Amino acid sequence: MTLVAELLISFLLIVGGIFILVGSWGLAKLPSLMTRLHGPTKATTLGVGSCLIASMIYFPVFGGTYSAHELLITLFLFLTAPVSANMIAKAHIHRQGRGIDPNPSDNISDGLPSPPGTSDWATFAGAAKTVAAEQDETGGARSADEVGGE
Amino acid sequence: MTGSILPFALGFAIICVSASILLNLFRLWRGPLSADRILAVDTLTINAIAMIVIFGIAYATSSYFEAALLLAMVGFVGTVAYCKFLLRGDIVE
Repeated sequence: MTLVAELLISFLLIVGGIFILVGSWGLAKLPSLMTRLHGPTKATTLGVGSCLIASMIYFPVFGGTYSAHELLITLFLFLTAPVSANMIAKAHIHRQGRGIDPNPSDNISDGLPSPPGTSDWATFAGAAKTVAAEQDETGGARSADEVGGE
Repeated sequence: MTGSILPFALGFAIICVSASILLNLFRLWRGPLSADRILAVDTLTINAIAMIVIFGIAYATSSYFEAALLLAMVGFVGTVAYCKFLLRGDIVE
C-alpha cells in the first residue's frame, strides 16, 4: 500500500515539476505578452495542482495527519489564476488601444487595428467611438423617417 | 518509512521549480512591458507556492502550508492592484 502511494506521489511530483518548467519556459521564450500569458495560466497552474495532489496523498499515508490546507490552496489558485490572467490581458489591451504599449512582435506599433464589422474593441476609446456611431445611426434613421412622412 | 523512489522525485521537482524561478526572474528583468513584469511576478508567486509544498513533503511537516495559503491570497491581490494601477493610474479611486 505504501509502495503504491509512494509511486503515485513520485509520478505526480515529476509530472508537476515538468509542467511548471514548461510553463515558465513558455513565459521566458514566447515573443509577445498575449502569447506569454498561455504558459503560466495553464501549464503552471496544472503543475501546482499536481504537486498539491501529491501532498494530499502524502500526509494521510505517511504522516498520519490530514489537513484541508492543500484543498484550500488548490481552490484559491484555480479560482484566481484565470481572473488575474484576464486582468493582465485587459490592462494590456487598454494600453495598446491608447498607443502606450507598442508591440512589434504582434505587428502592432500604434494603437489596435480595427476589428471587422461596425463595433470597436472593448476599450475606453473604442466604447466612446461605438456610442458615438450608434447615436449617429439613430439620428440618421430618424431623419429618414421624417423624409418618408413628408 | 518511505522507500528510495521519493527522494529522487523530490530532487527532480525541486530542480524543475528552481529552474522555473530563474526563468521567471529572467522575464522580470527583461520586461519589456510593465504587464510582462506583472505576469512574471504572478508566476513567481505560483512557483513559490509549489516550492513550499514540495519542501513540506521533503521535511514531512505541514506547518508551511499557511505560508502557501497566504502567498496565494496576497499574490492575487497584488496582481489585481498592479493591473488596476496600469489601467487607471490609481488603485483606490
